[in-house]
Amino acid sequence: EEKKILFYHPNEVEKNEKIRNVGLCEAIVQFTRTFSPSKPAKSLHTQKNRQFFNEPEENFWMVMVVRNPMIEKHSKDGKPIVEYQEEELLDKVYSSVLQQCYSMYKLFNGTFLKAMEDGGVKVLKERLEKFFHRYLQTLHLQSCDLLDIFGGISFFPLDKMTYLKIQSFINKMEESLNIVKYTAFLYNDQLIWSGLEQDDMRILYKYLTTSLFPRHIEPELAGRDSPIRAEMPGNLQHYGRFLTGPLNLNDPEAKCRFPKIFVNTDDTYEELHLIVYKAMSAAVCFMIDASMQPSLDFCRRLDSIVGPQLTVLASDICEQYNINKRISGSEKEPQFKFIYFNHMNLAEKSTIHMRKTPSISLTSVHPDLMKILGDINSDFTRMDEDEEIIVKAMSDYWVVGKKSDQRELYVILNQKNANLIEVNEEVKKLCATQFNNIFFLD
Amino acid sequence: MSEEENYYLELCERPVHFEKANPVNCVFFDEANKQVFAVRSGGATGVVVKGPEDRNPISFRMEDKGEVKCIKFSLGNKILAVQRTSKTVVLPEKRSLKLLKSQNINVNWYMYCPESSVILLSTTVLGNVLQPFYFRAGTMSKLSKFEIELPAAPKSTKLSLSERDIAMATIYGQLHVLFLRHHSRTSNSTGAEVVLYHLPREGVCKKTHILKLNRTGKFALNVVDNLVVVHHQDTETSVIFDIKLRGEFDGTITLHHPVLPARSIQPYQIPMAGPASVTSQSPVPCKLYSSSWIVFQPDIIISASQGYLWTLQVKLQPVVNLLLDKGRLMDFLLQRKDCKMVILSVCSQMLSESDRGTLPVIATVFDKLNHEYKKYLEAEQSYTMVVETGQSRSNPPLKRPVRSQAVIDQSDMYTHVLSVFTEKKEMPHKFVIAVLMEYIRSLNQFQIPVQHYLHELVIKTLVQHNLFYTLHQFLQYHVLSDSKPLACLLLSLESIYPPAHQLSLDMLKRLSTANDEIVEVLLSKHQVLAALRFIRGIGGHDNISARKFLDAAKQTEDNMLFYTIFRFFEQRNQRLRGSPNFTPGEHCDEHVAFFKQVFGDQALMKPTTF
Repeated sequence: EEKKILFYHPNEVEKNEKIRNVGLCEAIVQFTRTFSPSKPAKSLHTQKNRQFFNEPEENFWMVMVVRNPMIEKHSKDGKPIVEYQEEELLDKVYSSVLQQCYSMYKLFNGTFLKAMEDGGVKVLKERLEKFFHRYLQTLHLQSCDLLDIFGGISFFPLDKMTYLKIQSFINKMEESLNIVKYTAFLYNDQLIWSGLEQDDMRILYKYLTTSLFPRHIEPELAGRDSPIRAEMPGNLQHYGRFLTGPLNLNDPEAKCRFPKIFVNTDDTYEELHLIVYKAMSAAVCFMIDASMQPSLDFCRRLDSIVGPQLTVLASDICEQYNINKRISGSEKEPQFKFIYFNHMNLAEKSTIHMRKTPSISLTSVHPDLMKILGDINSDFTRMDEDEEIIVKAMSDYWVVGKKSDQRELYVILNQKNANLIEVNEEVKKLCATQFNNIFFLD
Repeated sequence: MSEEENYYLELCERPVHFEKANPVNCVFFDEANKQVFAVRSGGATGVVVKGPEDRNPISFRMEDKGEVKCIKFSLGNKILAVQRTSKTVVLPEKRSLKLLKSQNINVNWYMYCPESSVILLSTTVLGNVLQPFYFRAGTMSKLSKFEIELPAAPKSTKLSLSERDIAMATIYGQLHVLFLRHHSRTSNSTGAEVVLYHLPREGVCKKTHILKLNRTGKFALNVVDNLVVVHHQDTETSVIFDIKLRGEFDGTITLHHPVLPARSIQPYQIPMAGPASVTSQSPVPCKLYSSSWIVFQPDIIISASQGYLWTLQVKLQPVVNLLLDKGRLMDFLLQRKDCKMVILSVCSQMLSESDRGTLPVIATVFDKLNHEYKKYLEAEQSYTMVVETGQSRSNPPLKRPVRSQAVIDQSDMYTHVLSVFTEKKEMPHKFVIAVLMEYIRSLNQFQIPVQHYLHELVIKTLVQHNLFYTLHQFLQYHVLSDSKPLACLLLSLESIYPPAHQLSLDMLKRLSTANDEIVEVLLSKHQVLAALRFIRGIGGHDNISARKFLDAAKQTEDNMLFYTIFRFFEQRNQRLRGSPNFTPGEHCDEHVAFFKQVFGDQALMKPTTF
């Protein structure tokens, strides 16, 4: 039985208990399968915990157990009683988190099956241990919400001409660095172009924006003359630098090791080196076939070609962005906050979340409201039809959920004494101003 | 490269043939009418006059009154003037000449340019101060005089500027005086050079360009298609200069080097045809750069000893292979008269497998083409504006802009270059898309609206290679402009790429003129309520056909939906006509019957009566 366990966290748990727990999960899945052969159980609710099951590859199961939140109450006789809040956690949020764990593992390690083929269980166990040991520490389950369900991509709004310039830049770079297979381009942590397919980009985007970029934020904020900056390769011509790979190009001993990623695992199964290069707020990811080992010379060439052009492009984008912002007028802080998501292109927009940091995603609204959003989303998932749900929450808040075709919009309004009709009008107005260029039924 | 492709200058195919000069036959050339006069025995045995455009030569006889020094026709061949001595001009018929104006100047020599009606007089002892006059409508106006800088300060005080070293020609619409400055041993110059003085109608004449010849010896000048051609007799080659191409600019004067390496004029075979020659001899090669050649402006070469007058021509195709810098090549070609097909062939060539240009080069070429294209569009636009606002009587009257061959528009590019290029199977699709996007980028950069067939080409290529996510991203950033044809194309892609449906609807919505189409799309998807809500949202629900919606509702087999739709139209009828009943013209009888059948007669809305 023990051999079935490929990875267990926390590892300190006694062997027999591990086996017992795993056995239980297996039993539940098998049992529920008799009722629904194609869709076995996804989660199990108990008083203390919730368990989430996921079978990302055939016969490989991932299980995550999340403890229900507790509140300590004092009974009449003064004894503390621990009460579990069984209805606080949202199934969809945590099952999405579990799926994301797999996607992230797969991005950097390939499939479980591939590891088995490469070196049997031993290799798979090693890879799992190495990856999840670190990755689990970066999961912040308390602050997971609707956005984790969507796993969306925030796109950078841009005018056509600047977008075409970026296209032109990417095409020229791919031509002159002829080993580049795919390219992705981001600005301000928002995506502008992806040469990768949507699903691969989704998880790479997650990695870049929640892990890689935040790790590099400090030196940038430090400015050019600060001591941190001074340690970076001095280059007066441009602001380009590698976020992965060599730190200092002038150091002949510099290591040109790039993270490997795995994409298109369903068909072509490609292994790539991920080169992330950044100038000011513009980041470009070059992905090259893993069979090619990028040399220091290659990195220097990339730096000399990409660096100056990316620097110019980054300031162009910044300038255009400011012009566009000025044209659209200084938007007053609206009375509402919203989350928008489009399943078709994974586009996501949130005025609720302040910014992503490596640790937590800060939201500006009360967790209760976030939970209502999650509930509305669950309702939408059950229905195929377009629909609209309006909820009056406590403390004068109204929460509106709209689903039109593949798009979902969640609005939180804080209007005292507003009635249903007024709220409906407000949402219509929001759609007219924020989403007038898409077909959004009202 | 075949021999043919090496020569970029040629003599015209059909020269003017005349009797060669010999002791009894004198040959004269009139620059104004471009006519050759062959005067046999002083005119007694005949004068034959031929011009390059004249089909029928003029021939006549006149009395031999001594040696003819010069003979010319007036414009239109009306009056003949013959000069036999240095002081008299004879007009065979009795006519009188009127003195219009007189100027007193000591003149060494003169030069007249018929194209611009400007005469240049050489004055002062050295001869290097030139006084131009301009003739117009019977008046003569004096332009400001200017001095030609001589290569070295002459020691003697004899005439130092010869008319042989001066030419006048219109280059890019501007009259220029060309001075062939010979190499002087005293200066450090590496060879002779041609100095261009710009001679405007008003204002001062300025030295503007220097053409470096980098060789010495005997030269002759021509101007062909706004290019300055310099023939060099010693090497029997010629070079060309284009003053519009970028040169080394020092703030006042631009220094130019030859556009191309020196080449001979293409070898020429003298045709041995003609009714007289019975024996079919093979053509004889013509001696080029012969010392008997005389060169006239702008593009005439005469061989008096062989009896030919040619015009000189530039061949563009060989230039393509000689000028490797594609950007410069485009700059050069765009200024030429018959450039269109050559430019298109250059475009095709740089997109071909064997001769593929890099993207930056392709981008440069596209930008240069679109720059010219935009200039034309703007001129056209401002012309239309003026005509429409009725300001056409303004002074000077605005001429409709002429579309030169250098205007390569989107349909030219599509037909001759891009559609062929995208068909090529061996091309990597990444390159194909990069090129199309580069062209679209360039058009956008010059604010030229992109035609939908280019967008369709992009979509077709992306779909062919299953690059739907790329397509999606392009549409997301509105790179492919909204249009009904494009929306319909997207709609047709729905079966292979479902998100195309959403993209298409979004596009129709943005067009704001496609509301009917939106309703049709929704109805076809059985989204009857959505269609109705949409049309109500834009305030069009009073004009829609009830039958169409009821049909669609019935098809869904959802009775409650049918009820809702039916009730909506009953209410509309009530509101518009005061009765919930449908009119016969609405053809809704079967739906009314169906409604009664399902919900009963009593479910029908009662007319509100007062």
